[in-house]
Amino acid sequence: MRIKSALAAAAVVALAAACGSGGGGGSSSSAPSEPVKINFLSLAWQKESVAANKQLVDEWNKANPNIQVTYVQGSWDNVNDQLVTQFTGGTAPDVIHNDSPALSGFATDGYLLDLKDKLPAELKSDIPQAAWDTVTFDGGKGEQGIYGVPFLQESQVIIANKKLLEASKVRVPTADNPWTWDEFSEAAKKMTKDGAFGVAWPMKSPVNKTLNLALTYGGTFFQTAEGKTTVKVGPEEREVLQRIHDQLYKDKSADPAALGQGTADPLPAFYKGKFAMLPAGVFLRQQVAEQAPDGFEWVTLPGPKGTTAQQGAVSQTLSIAQDSKHADEAMKFIAFFLNGPNQAKLAKGDWLLPTSQSAAADPAMTTQDNGWDVATASAKNLVVAPFLKVNGFDEWKNKVATPVLQEFYANKITIDEVAKRLVDEGNKVLERYQR
Amino acid sequence: MRRASQYAALAAYIVFLAFPLVWLLSTALKTPQEMALADPTWIPREPTLANFTDAFGEQDLVGAAVRSLGVALASSVITVLISLPAAYAMARYRGLVNRIAIGWVLVSQVFPFILIIIPLFMILRDLELVNTLPGLVVVHVTFTLPFALWMLQGYVRAVPPELEEAAAVDGATRLRSIVKVVAPLLAPGVVATLLFAFISSWNEFMFALVILQNPDVMTLPLTLVRFTGPEGVARLGPLAAASLMATIPSLIFFAIIQRRLKSGLMAGAVKG
Repeated sequence: MRIKSALAAAAVVALAAACGSGGGGGSSSSAPSEPVKINFLSLAWQKESVAANKQLVDEWNKANPNIQVTYVQGSWDNVNDQLVTQFTGGTAPDVIHNDSPALSGFATDGYLLDLKDKLPAELKSDIPQAAWDTVTFDGGKGEQGIYGVPFLQESQVIIANKKLLEASKVRVPTADNPWTWDEFSEAAKKMTKDGAFGVAWPMKSPVNKTLNLALTYGGTFFQTAEGKTTVKVGPEEREVLQRIHDQLYKDKSADPAALGQGTADPLPAFYKGKFAMLPAGVFLRQQVAEQAPDGFEWVTLPGPKGTTAQQGAVSQTLSIAQDSKHADEAMKFIAFFLNGPNQAKLAKGDWLLPTSQSAAADPAMTTQDNGWDVATASAKNLVVAPFLKVNGFDEWKNKVATPVLQEFYANKITIDEVAKRLVDEGNKVLERYQR
Repeated sequence: MRRASQYAALAAYIVFLAFPLVWLLSTALKTPQEMALADPTWIPREPTLANFTDAFGEQDLVGAAVRSLGVALASSVITVLISLPAAYAMARYRGLVNRIAIGWVLVSQVFPFILIIIPLFMILRDLELVNTLPGLVVVHVTFTLPFALWMLQGYVRAVPPELEEAAAVDGATRLRSIVKVVAPLLAPGVVATLLFAFISSWNEFMFALVILQNPDVMTLPLTLVRFTGPEGVARLGPLAAASLMATIPSLIFFAIIQRRLKSGLMAGAVKG
């Protein structure tokens, strides 16, 4: 993050320098017979997902000899540093894969093309408005624009050890009738026996998970009044925090060993039956399916609901660089790449949820195998994560919320202290972004 | 007794150094199931080469290694060729310009490179060196040069000027005394600098990421990162297999060149 901020600062300096150098580079329109070349920066990394991406690009290139797409593989960990430099230098790829939280800053800086008037009607109507909301931002001129096409989303589910679940004799939740948080806590308590815990909460990066789940009680953590955004930690926000804390220290139904771990780290203990349930993003099913020892049975359960079953969503997106000389062709490629059947392939490859409604109806997305039916059904509860549009969220998350939540889950501070620090220190951070 | 404890310490140090490599090898040969065991094993129960076939099948690792090797060799040789005479001048000629130069070299080391990356990118773009391996070589040389200069300067200082004076007394010209007397004594320093420059370039990621965009010119670090996902999740098997292959060329380079890294050439050269 520090690197990103430094890069952003450097970008400003460099931009000023570039103005002095005359900008350079008049657009040289290619001869009509020459094929248009488009660079597509993809962040796919799972084996099946990379294969699906490459296959779709090949299909496109064969069918469109005049618009040739070059597939360039990037990496999630460095993509924003890479893009800041390439945007500033005017050499960014035409089609850019990223996630919606990153788009806000790039859109405000004018690096991304507003796709509002370019989106084909079919693509626009196939993706629900809730998903479009995740990519709709102020483009820096006070006007709302659409800066990407959302195509993959993640929801939180519970991955459970089938044997321990059945042995506890609790009601098995379904997509239509999920557990309430009370039921979830009860179930975790019942599964805590013979040295095994009911649940594990890997909270090395606790912020997104907590904030997304907090929405089940209407906890938004941010409020905007008269154009000014501030942090709020009221009863709605405290609810989920307190419930997770209770599982750890009151019910003692959560495995304390998992607390400091990253998302996938508790899996070996999960396979060994040291705990019964692991709340996680839907993508983690891929690792479980690949790694689980022979004979280990697992199921996917929907996440618990509070006053609602809503969860905060961020989307993976495809955007077009503002400087792209072939924006129309790039849009055509995106429309092909993200049509219903293709989205189903991409979602399957990444073990995520497609935004396309026709893709969600694909048999591959509704099969009971590997919990696809439960995962896909959970998509209906996704709403735009409220923090997505908060300027300064990244810094709040890294400098304030991460350490505060880590201390809270480690039982070092009280929930009142959490509320006070998130608000006091958080507002100081947000203030700087709103001057 | 003392000898035994020395050997024990040495053995512990070797284990400490070898551990990552052995673990890498062990991981590269494991199935996904075995990698996820709560009690990890040293020796894979069912060794598999699937991680290697996946890694090599999905990515152009050989091509990337060849490009990385070319860039690292070119960068290290150019770095040494430039820094050697400069280091000699810095060590032997004391003056204002020299002091300023040394100061500048030091200052350049504390300057965060992240601030330079965008202007540098723009310069390379104007020179049409973006997306080219020579462009990356230029950048690697630029960034290794200050430290290489500093390193070599120390080695030159360690060669007593009296040796050159003695050569001069015997009738050698300045050039001849440098070539015949100083250069052989500097060999270990040159080798150490060469190694430093090679490894810096071989492992360098950030500049390569920004400069190289065409899949056909990407270097090894850029290829390895493709096995990793967001938030530290990675495809450990293929990543371990690819990383293991990535360490081999530098190990070979080290093995070849380390014999030259001997010191003590000057023992007794100047009697006080």
